[in-house]
Amino acid sequence: MLRDITLGQYYPVDSPVHRLDPRTKLFGTMVFIISLFVADSIWGYLAATVALGLVIRLTKVPFSFMVRGLRGILVLLLISVSFNLFLTDGQVLVQLWIFRITWEGLRTAAFMAVRLIYLVLGSTVMTLTTTPNELTDGLEKSLGFLGKVGVPVHEISMMMSIALRFIPILVEETDKIMKAQMARGADFESGNLIQKAKAMVPLLVPLFISAFRRATDLAMAMEARCYRGGSGRTKMKPLRYQSRDRIAYGAELLYLAVMIGLAVVL
Amino acid sequence: MSIKVEHLNHIYGEGTAFSQYALKDVNFTIEDGEFVGLIGHTGSGKSTLIQHLNGLLRASSGAVYYNGENIYADGYDMKKLRSKVGLVFQYPEYQLFEVDVFSDVCFGPRNLGLEKEEVEARAREALSLVGLDESFYAQSPFELSGGQKRRVAIAGVLAMEPEVLILDEPTAGLDPRGRDEILDKISQLHREKGMTIILVSHSMEDMARYAGRLIVMNHGEKVFDDAPKEVFKHYKELEKMGLAAPQITYVVHELREHGAEIADDLTTVAEARDAILAALRKG
Ligand SMILES: Nc1ncnc2c1ncn2[C@@H]1O[C@H](COP(=O)(O)OP(=O)(O)OP(=O)(O)O)[C@@H](O)[C@H]1O
Ligand SMILES: [Mg+2]
Repeated sequence: MLRDITLGQYYPVDSPVHRLDPRTKLFGTMVFIISLFVADSIWGYLAATVALGLVIRLTKVPFSFMVRGLRGILVLLLISVSFNLFLTDGQVLVQLWIFRITWEGLRTAAFMAVRLIYLVLGSTVMTLTTTPNELTDGLEKSLGFLGKVGVPVHEISMMMSIALRFIPILVEETDKIMKAQMARGADFESGNLIQKAKAMVPLLVPLFISAFRRATDLAMAMEARCYRGGSGRTKMKPLRYQSRDRIAYGAELLYLAVMIGLAVVL
Repeated sequence: MSIKVEHLNHIYGEGTAFSQYALKDVNFTIEDGEFVGLIGHTGSGKSTLIQHLNGLLRASSGAVYYNGENIYADGYDMKKLRSKVGLVFQYPEYQLFEVDVFSDVCFGPRNLGLEKEEVEARAREALSLVGLDESFYAQSPFELSGGQKRRVAIAGVLAMEPEVLILDEPTAGLDPRGRDEILDKISQLHREKGMTIILVSHSMEDMARYAGRLIVMNHGEKVFDDAPKEVFKHYKELEKMGLAAPQITYVVHELREHGAEIADDLTTVAEARDAILAALRKG
């Protein structure tokens, strides 16, 4: 029931996208996100759609699995779409009581929705094809230059990788505690909002306790293995670019150029 | 009163890359008042199986009948089913959440919508059944020892007064005394209250001692379903599944190979002792 959260969950198949260096994928995701903000015409969005569709095809991850991550932003999506839809001034299309839909509002709302959905899909592509470990390795390496100005890059990436690693564990744990309480007659589904909130107590208390227990256990285990931060630490699998990464970088830059070109020309 | 399982299949994560067969065509009927042991190697599907019996997991295909009624039928009252079929999870102490032991045990019966007096009476009785006296009532469940927490968790399910009690490795991680006490309590509930018990355990000795019937799972399939004595005769096959017969069965078979005239279906130490003594007197 709680397994719908796909963000931060690796999908284990072998595909060209899976095999890319995490830095290449990070750069690609960044390029994609930038391109979404650059695009301001239907042609720009069309190009983004083609690119995203192509990459999703290449990942070999079933599309149904990919869009599951969207459920999480449904509320946010609805709110931002309705704000844009009803609160933008301009040429009036429909007027219902105090609600007014303008041509500009419709346009911004549609672009906004597409932008949000693509943002999530774009980052989901990365998290589904990159293991949390690769991801943080990539981040650590790409942001390594920040270490020179005193940013604890290694520590931050370690915290991130631990957090990502623990998402599925906590989801599983939630599922388990939920079932155990349901076996004792707990009801998480019916009732009004207050009753529902109250019903969460038997779930949240054990969950927090176990999260804290896991955190202290992990800290202890890391210390027992002499973990002392990033300085002088070597990698078991150091990141190395392959020729496929060069091709991917080329494609990413080309895509960015096309998107900027479209925005400037149109 | 019976639990009937028909052609039960369960696939975890159906339709994803993680899909995994956990149960394959499982069939059995458990009658009222039975004490059934459920054994199997780690990952053989025991926990998955028992979660179907109170409707926490839904089968991928197949059916579960409680007292003849299909629990997957439209409008079937799952909450009532869960109050009749009590399930104590593996490591149940992690579900404790209340400020004190007594309120935590009250959680189950309160969810059944009972009166306050009835709820408290049941909680008291359940706590005394698991051997916790009034001095524990006001304690925080988080300050108890592992074994005491386990008892509180079991009491939490007992307080719902189920007709069937399912326990998933209730003695895992307990000291020998703690485990004997808990198993004796369970056996007492079975004898005195006629409660149907389904016990998951990795201890063949416990199974030989308490269970009247033994179901053996392997890779999601039911492979044996018989009296423990009969099942343990297949100890060679059990070993292939990563299981074993009780230690004493091996001693008995060894003795027989050396010419001792004793039966081959002895599974408890007491039985074996009597048989060996009898054989010695004869010889
Ligand atoms: N929530 C889940 N999601 C996906 N797969 C699962 C889940 N729970 C169990 N499995 C898988 O189903 C199979 C059966 O698991 P189950 O927990 O029923 O085994 P078990 O017999 O209870 O083992 P143990 O003796 O270790 O408790 C295992 O292969 C396990 O990996
Ligand atoms: Mg189990």
